[in-house]
Amino acid sequence: MKIAVCIKQVPDSWAEKKMVNGTLDRENVDAVLNDLDEYAVEEALRIVEAHGGNDEGGPNSVTVISMGPARATDAVRKALSMGANAAILITDAALAGADALLTSEVLAKVISTEGFDLVICGTESTDARMSVVPAMISARLDWPQLTFAGSVTVDPSLSYVSISRVTEAGVDLIEASFPALISVVEKINEPRYPSFKGIMAAKKRNIETKDLVAIGVKAQSAWSQVIDSQLRPPRAAGIKITDDGTGGAQLVDFLAESKLI
Amino acid sequence: MSTVFILADFFEGKATKVTFELATAAARIGDVAAIVLAPIGQGAARAKTLTNGPITSIIVVENSDFQDYGVSACADAITQLISQKSPVALLVASNAFGKEIAANVAVKTNSGVITDAVDIDSNLTATQVIFGGSATVHSKVSQGTSIVTLRPNCITPDLTLSSATIENIALTISASAKKATVKSSQAPVKGGRPELTEANIVVSGGRGTNGDFVAVEAFADSLGAAVGASRAATDAGWYPHSHQVGQTGKTVSPQLYVACGISGAIQHRAGMQTSKAIIVINKDTEAPIFELADFGVIGDLFSVLPAATEGVNARKS
Ligand SMILES: Cc1cc2nc3c(=O)[nH]c(=O)nc-3n(C[C@H](O)[C@H](O)[C@H](O)COP(=O)(O)OP(=O)(O)OC[C@H]3O[C@@H](n4cnc5c(N)ncnc54)[C@H](O)[C@@H]3O)c2cc1C
Ligand SMILES: Nc1ncnc2c1ncn2[C@@H]1O[C@H](COP(=O)(O)O)[C@@H](O)[C@H]1O
Repeated sequence: MKIAVCIKQVPDSWAEKKMVNGTLDRENVDAVLNDLDEYAVEEALRIVEAHGGNDEGGPNSVTVISMGPARATDAVRKALSMGANAAILITDAALAGADALLTSEVLAKVISTEGFDLVICGTESTDARMSVVPAMISARLDWPQLTFAGSVTVDPSLSYVSISRVTEAGVDLIEASFPALISVVEKINEPRYPSFKGIMAAKKRNIETKDLVAIGVKAQSAWSQVIDSQLRPPRAAGIKITDDGTGGAQLVDFLAESKLI
Repeated sequence: MSTVFILADFFEGKATKVTFELATAAARIGDVAAIVLAPIGQGAARAKTLTNGPITSIIVVENSDFQDYGVSACADAITQLISQKSPVALLVASNAFGKEIAANVAVKTNSGVITDAVDIDSNLTATQVIFGGSATVHSKVSQGTSIVTLRPNCITPDLTLSSATIENIALTISASAKKATVKSSQAPVKGGRPELTEANIVVSGGRGTNGDFVAVEAFADSLGAAVGASRAATDAGWYPHSHQVGQTGKTVSPQLYVACGISGAIQHRAGMQTSKAIIVINKDTEAPIFELADFGVIGDLFSVLPAATEGVNARKS
């Protein structure tokens, strides 16, 4: 089985975020591996480990694919240190501020040329928070879409994969044949910490870096545009009381004054 | 006048509140055509639940493929309807299903997409609130059909009676949309309380409840509110995952959000920051959730909540 995992480097969700010309200023905040993508890396590793592991030269491998600036190598390195075999980073000045449609086009193009059986994504990037890239990749590749997986079962001998899809609409059991696209929710597993051995091995791995010319995609004009953006005024400081036995009653008074009851 | 598609959302065969919010937003832009994707034999019954709201026409498509192949089949049908009717925009609810419909249709029709909008105006300019509520962005699709997912509970629905025309359309779902098969589906169990994303008031409990949601539920019931939970509470198995509020749970925008025994981690805030009013009950005066509070009580939720419940009930009688 050849599995690809799409990972994104994102600004640390705890860091203060700033806007520059309508897009997120990514230069001046700490960048980390999107935490939801760690679950995708973990799931890929668990799948290959359940089927003989991903030792070099064996039948199974896990490749991480990321589109982002050159410094996204840090996030890629983290995924490698968890145990992935190989990495591809697509980086190009023309991709700065790329929207989901372009991102999915780039990722789908790279995926289509490498002969993967499964591609695993996180459900959402913590910066864009769109939750659309996985579905877009499957639509572009014309692959079955197995998204919001709370569990994944594969049978490589039958090229079979099934998931339980967990969303607000309930739980669905969905199955398909390879090649297929999966996105995983964070309840699916507990991502491992990179081991010392893993960290050392990751340092030696080559990160294959490609630009748009190399993958054969033309960056076209965006599908949507930001008209303006403003920082919202901070919430006006509210009332803060210490409960002295009347806290509940004061709370009810607040509800009444605010016409909430 | 131009046509705007909305994808009607149903629960147990009935159009949900967000459907009328979508219609209300769409009516600012043009004639509203509500798309009803239904299992065989259920289209007419579903369409009947759409008689409120500013809807001009209802397009009913019945097909068993919607159940059997899920999102991809639904997106395929909508793509076909878009090429038949050329609407200027498609508005769908911003939930997992809606966002994936948007994603698929955007690729198939080469259109731009904006997700999680809290508003949209007559010029198709969408408003989003990003970075955990700290910034507002206005944006617009610049190619193809404007595909926008709208966050539930952000627009006041217009529920005046309408007399929409009904059109039944038969469609054949393309083979490529039938590659993932839905073997079984289990709908969420609906309790007696309002649905989280639709509720006017949400009362949530976190790790501070220590697993005891009785006080949280009692207060919620006194207000007719929905009950939410932090991830700490759902992970511990104290409350069902379907009630989790936050980045990896539901995004809620009620008139009032009450956070009880919740510290206010960034991932929790991401799901409740657009609430109109926020009340906090927490023992720790330093808890970051107080930064959002319009009214904060430093105290023990096990004494504050029962007193508040009693107070609300007393005012009702
Ligand atoms: C990838 C990822 C996704 C996540 N997604 C979500 C998400 O969707 N939603 C979410 O909520 N979290 C999410 N989290 C978890 C989040 O980071 C926090 O761990 C979680 O929100 C903490 O829950 P809590 O506030 O209930 O618990 P804590 O942070 O432990 O806070 C408990 C609070 O209760 C107070 N307290 C204790 N006892 C009492 C009492 N008797 N009376 C009053 N107050 C009391 C304490 O002072 C404290 O402030 C996510 C984390 C990750 C890594
Ligand atoms: N630039 C990117 N590079 C690699 N994977 C990405 C990128 N953007 C999004 N993804 C994948 O798509 C998922 C959903 O992202 P989004 O639709 O942006 O919320 C992420 O969890 C990643 O798995």
